Amino acid sequence: MSELQPISARRRRTDVAMRGLMAAGTLLALVPLGLILFYLIRRGLGAWSWHFFTTDPTGRFIGDPGGIKSALIGTILIVALAALIAIPMGIGVAVYLVEYGKQSKFANIVRYFVDVMTGVPSIVFGLFIYIVLILSGSLGGFAAWKGSVALALLMLPVVTRSAEVVLNLVPNGLKEAGLALGSPRWRLILRVILPTAAPGLVTGSLLAVARAAGETAPLLFTAFAINATTFNLGDQMNSLPIQIFNDVRQAQDRIVERAWGAALALVVLILVMTLTARLISRRSRTQT
Amino acid sequence: MSTRPSNAQEPVDVTAPVPSPDPRAEQRQGPAGPAADTTAAEPAAVTAGAGRAVELQDLHAFYGKTHAVRGVDLTFAPNKVTAIIGPSGCGKSTMVRCINRMHEEIKGAYATGRVLLDGQDVYAPELDVVSVRRAIGMVFQKPNPFPTMSVFDNVAAGLRLTGTKGVDLRERVERSLVGAGLWDEVKDRLGSPGAGLSGGQQQRLCIARTIAVEPDVILMDEPCSALDPIATLRIEELIDELKRRYTIVIVTHNMQQAGRVADETAFMLSGELIEIGPTSQIFTNPEDERTEQYVSGRFG
Repeated sequence: MSELQPISARRRRTDVAMRGLMAAGTLLALVPLGLILFYLIRRGLGAWSWHFFTTDPTGRFIGDPGGIKSALIGTILIVALAALIAIPMGIGVAVYLVEYGKQSKFANIVRYFVDVMTGVPSIVFGLFIYIVLILSGSLGGFAAWKGSVALALLMLPVVTRSAEVVLNLVPNGLKEAGLALGSPRWRLILRVILPTAAPGLVTGSLLAVARAAGETAPLLFTAFAINATTFNLGDQMNSLPIQIFNDVRQAQDRIVERAWGAALALVVLILVMTLTARLISRRSRTQT
Repeated sequence: MSTRPSNAQEPVDVTAPVPSPDPRAEQRQGPAGPAADTTAAEPAAVTAGAGRAVELQDLHAFYGKTHAVRGVDLTFAPNKVTAIIGPSGCGKSTMVRCINRMHEEIKGAYATGRVLLDGQDVYAPELDVVSVRRAIGMVFQKPNPFPTMSVFDNVAAGLRLTGTKGVDLRERVERSLVGAGLWDEVKDRLGSPGAGLSGGQQQRLCIARTIAVEPDVILMDEPCSALDPIATLRIEELIDELKRRYTIVIVTHNMQQAGRVADETAFMLSGELIEIGPTSQIFTNPEDERTEQYVSGRFG
């Protein structure tokens, strides 16, 4: 029989010390985040104006430098096309892995390469597209859609991995119920499995979109940049990360300030997307 | 005052307990006769064909190297409820899952032997497994309504998932819900989520979903084990109704339940069929000693 004992003083001291250590670590991790947000808002918000969002950069060093309209529209268009390519493909791969490939050799190889792709630096995707789609010459020079393809490659493993996790969470009982009703597998996937997993799929996809929206490197060699607003994905196109990249290297404070404003706009854009993803996943959780 | 007239009928009461299985059987068959007439007269009733016989011939089932069902020969009579009893892990569920070929959905699982639905082997290589499952429906242990769908859509799911065309969905859904004894409880909230119903209602919803595709045979794998006694009672009453139109096979852990609902009972042990016979005989006068030991609670 063991005796019931009070907590020893030593145990108590260690507990307090460790708790303090962890709290300090958390605070330390929050410091850079707080500083980034602080400077972004302090310096970026000053750049914001109606004019800032409604004019293209002029490219002139004297007089009005212009705003970020073309960059904002460019980012939205390029990322939208990238999402259009990467999300269906990524979900498709995940459906294959979960419902058909399962633990087969080929499926495991696919899984391995998806993991490898997750770790590939984004500039490598840019270089790859630069070599394959631009230097090859047959498809013309820089174009926004090539930037989209580079971003799609970047998003693909993120979408696939998150979708695979979510699809694996669909209860086996639902699949069995569908099959026992006499459903072909493809109909079961379309009508039961994908709708059940939908909130999670949306969340994962939006996070991938948010990540791609902030990427500079893949666009440097592909979409390049022009100042004027264009809606033609076959042309060169401006984008927020490239705009920031170019502006921040300029000597004039007015133009550097535009970089801050563009950076804040990008962060807000991504924040809105992330919040949307959060809201969707929360709403689905309260439903079930 | 009321006791006196009943005294006059005492002789009847005395004789009643002796052939007790018979009146109960008659009671069960009693409604079946008139019901057959009403189905003809009433368009609202499920018009599916009568249940069909299922015959197992030398059925073996495996999980990888594990030999779970070892050569079962057995016939499920049409429009009868057959209960499968036996201790945990004796292969009851596996055997039942072989009948509509759900067994092979598990990785590494396969079956040999023959399963005949009215003489036709459901394992024939040229057959589409999907058509087998349409003819042989299944209700699972845990109620599993589709969480993204409303009550209505859950019942309609079978038709939509099988791509059935030219069916009046509303009418079929109502008929199936009536058939599953759930209509009165859900008719005002057909649009609300199916997962919002109580456990017992969910299980009846799953039964409605199963009968909506009008199978010939319904397999039930411990359909009441996740339910409370009152919900269980409702399902048992429902099973009694359903056997007019379907052949029913029910796996159960609960011997009282087998006694209440089943016309025939089969006893399995270690993957083998030990004995099958009329339920009353299995429980009172089984031929095999092991059956006797099991039903009297000496093991399992």
